[in-house]
Amino acid sequence: MKRLWAFFFILWPVVAITAGVISPSMHWWFPGAAQSPIGQRIDDLFYMILIIVTVVFIGTQVAMGYVLLQGARDTDAPGRAMFTHGSHALEVIWTVVPAGVLLFIAFYQLDTWAAYRVKENYPMSSRLSPVAEITARQFEWRIRYPNPKRKFESLPEVDAWLRQPAPDDLYAVNELHVPTGRAVVVHLRTADVQHAFFVPILRIKQDAVPGLVIPIIFEALKPDAYEWVCAELCGWGHYKMKARVKAEPKDDFESYLKGLEREQFDDGVSGHGTKKAAAGESKSEAAAEAPK
Amino acid sequence: MSTLDPALGSTGGGHAVEHAHGHAVHHELSFFRKYIFSTDHKVIGIQFLITTMLMLMVGGALALGVRWQLAFPWSDMPFFGRLAFPEQGGQISPEFYTMLFTMHASVMIFLVIIPVLAGAFGNYCIPLMIGADDMAFPLLNALSYWFMWPAIGFFMASFFVGAGGPASGWTVYPTLSAIKWAAPGSGTAQTFWLLALTCVGFSSMMGSVNYLTTIINMRAPGMTLFRMPLTIWAMFITAILQAFALPVLTAAGFMQLADREFGTCFFIPSGLIVNNHAPTIGGGQPLLWQHLFWFYSHPAVYIMLLPAMGMVSDMLATMCRKPVFGYKPMVFSIAAIAGLGFIVWGHHMFTSGMNPALGMTFMVSTMMIALPSAVKTFNWLGTMWGGRPRFNTVFLNCCGFLSMFVVGGLSGIFMAAVPVDIYFHDTYFIVAHFHYILFGSTLFAVFGGITYWFPKMFGRMMNESVGKLHFFLTFIGFNGTFFPMHMLGIAGMPRRYADPYIHPYLEHLLPMNQFMTCCAILMGFAQFLLLGNFAYSIFFGPKCGRNPWEANTLEWAAPTPPPHGNFDVPPVVYRGPYEYSSPSHPESDFWPQTEPPKKGPQQDDAPDISHGPDGTGPH
Repeated sequence: MKRLWAFFFILWPVVAITAGVISPSMHWWFPGAAQSPIGQRIDDLFYMILIIVTVVFIGTQVAMGYVLLQGARDTDAPGRAMFTHGSHALEVIWTVVPAGVLLFIAFYQLDTWAAYRVKENYPMSSRLSPVAEITARQFEWRIRYPNPKRKFESLPEVDAWLRQPAPDDLYAVNELHVPTGRAVVVHLRTADVQHAFFVPILRIKQDAVPGLVIPIIFEALKPDAYEWVCAELCGWGHYKMKARVKAEPKDDFESYLKGLEREQFDDGVSGHGTKKAAAGESKSEAAAEAPK
Repeated sequence: MSTLDPALGSTGGGHAVEHAHGHAVHHELSFFRKYIFSTDHKVIGIQFLITTMLMLMVGGALALGVRWQLAFPWSDMPFFGRLAFPEQGGQISPEFYTMLFTMHASVMIFLVIIPVLAGAFGNYCIPLMIGADDMAFPLLNALSYWFMWPAIGFFMASFFVGAGGPASGWTVYPTLSAIKWAAPGSGTAQTFWLLALTCVGFSSMMGSVNYLTTIINMRAPGMTLFRMPLTIWAMFITAILQAFALPVLTAAGFMQLADREFGTCFFIPSGLIVNNHAPTIGGGQPLLWQHLFWFYSHPAVYIMLLPAMGMVSDMLATMCRKPVFGYKPMVFSIAAIAGLGFIVWGHHMFTSGMNPALGMTFMVSTMMIALPSAVKTFNWLGTMWGGRPRFNTVFLNCCGFLSMFVVGGLSGIFMAAVPVDIYFHDTYFIVAHFHYILFGSTLFAVFGGITYWFPKMFGRMMNESVGKLHFFLTFIGFNGTFFPMHMLGIAGMPRRYADPYIHPYLEHLLPMNQFMTCCAILMGFAQFLLLGNFAYSIFFGPKCGRNPWEANTLEWAAPTPPPHGNFDVPPVVYRGPYEYSSPSHPESDFWPQTEPPKKGPQQDDAPDISHGPDGTGPH
């Protein structure tokens, strides 16, 4: 019976490892390869930790299986347990080695964290062209784009825009459009309680905290519609804050904004109202596009 | 340590006098005073134990409600559904789902794990294991138990006031919790929750003051600090953690109460329009709550683990007939975990938008707290190595603890790494991680501890076969429930979703959740084996003597069960607690701490390397 128990404690890590190994093929794994550079770095770090952790897991479980089997064998014959109060050398080894490994893991993470979270590391062009301000509320995401004609000259101007909506801002709900191929900055806030911006396939998460406006930087590598959910308990409808991030080439993104503008500033009086606005736009667009 | 001895000697003398006196008085106590409103630490400990075992079943039932919804969303709940919410046709509503997981966590943390370790085992073991006749403040001790009941009352009543139970998670983050109209559960129920929290806080605080005083002042003659069993070390350091961290939470709780009831704005910024209500006024900061809450609740994680670590060290040494490997490193590890435990709270807030520099420092401190945990793991393995284990329920549960602790500890590294945590924060990965620590580690240690100290509590043994079956089923059910949660987390399934399957990327996880729910049901029902075994063995278990496990520590020198006042012979301690299989003691493979040395003090601890200068024995 005691050998059976020893095998029991050997068997379960085998089952656990097997489950881990078959998981990717069963789709019990990441919802797809990371579609952002930061996400790819996060995945790499994850796999690095996974390897270290798996080695330690197997090592400790094997050691445990070994001492259990040994104990089961030794207790067959009369006798006494080994008498020892410990080993100074072993203590030093198993303190210093894990300390080194843990510090290595910790310091190896810092760059990625700094690139994702430290504002000063964001490209100035991205900071000066915020794609949108997202306001979470129970239970939807409200999106405010600066008018595509608007150019921010300095960071204080961006801050001013975040404090005070402009009359020509464009609004949408639950669908954020971003251009691919460049790092985009969106600003996250909430109208009521805490929420969290979570796009699994981009590996991006950021809490929306009442009273704070928090910038998020990310880059979508290829055009697609990515699922976007809430990751911080915000009330009974937390699970259904279903939205998507639509990444598209720069031109499609710009024409989306134009369409949004047309729709929004349609005065509804005459069918030509939109045309007039559109005409006004197209002039300035032509001007804006000239350098290109 | 020798300077302590005169004082200890006089305390010991005092004990003997009080002891005799105590007996005379306590014989006249009525049943009511003896078993209900008792000031005897053993009765209080057993009261804590039985209360927490009942609360374990309550918390488990709430968890099964959560699991039911995740496996069979929006389908009628069998039996219970019709009783609890007939107006919804026996179906769990999304509001009720948020209440279920909030109260599952609150009950399990505040009414099960913390009180079972500090309350039940702390109370029962501390005076017995240090050779005292009772706690330093017996009445305070009784109050600490009786403050549990208003807490239980408030928690349970919160389901029946307003729109149902509190629903902002056990972390009750503002502004969801602080604004009354933010959610159906944020009304009166949330106030009740805060009052309950205050009551458990009082309870813990009275306990911790008592434990500290008792351990510092009331040790038996010869019981130097480095001759204390690791259980006592763990309880001592846990009490320090509680004493320093708890006031912060209690204060924060009152601040939130004031925000809700008196219109202060500690945590509520201005201009929030919640549920189309008038905008809020004020200049508060919700992150302040997170900092204050986690300043308590991270050390609380160790309050929920350290005593279990200490208990496992004692049980493993006894069951393996071998001294604890590296006694002093074990003590220093506990102290290091406690010390570092105060500077890692920010790792719960990596995605909260606090200053990114804090994320970096909290990551490094969090990584470093894995170090003493690793040292402890290696030392437990070292304790088992070359031992002669008795494969009984106690030992199996300790092995379960160790095996699960490794998983829980290693999965923590992913979340300690800030960039990786960006993805894993608030997914099922964290749910897997803390269940491996709080259930896989702490509860297996508790199951072992119940079996281990049961003979001392009731003078009878628990049934071995049922105990092993209980361990087997719980272990299978536990891993079947919680191991797949790692995969759910990697697949990006967020926590606290009433219906994750409305999101296409999570749809295919339904069968896995159903498997987990089946395992959870198995695990839940297996606990009836424990309760049944416990209740049956109190009356019908085989009787045992003073020292059924042939253990060294002081509690086994007391009569079984110990009378009020504990020891018939005031104990004197001659050696450390783990002298198993000592070559200097050929008579038996254990050498009780109270057994006087035969050949004089010089020879008896010659081979003792762990105790160093303290091994010189009492004067």
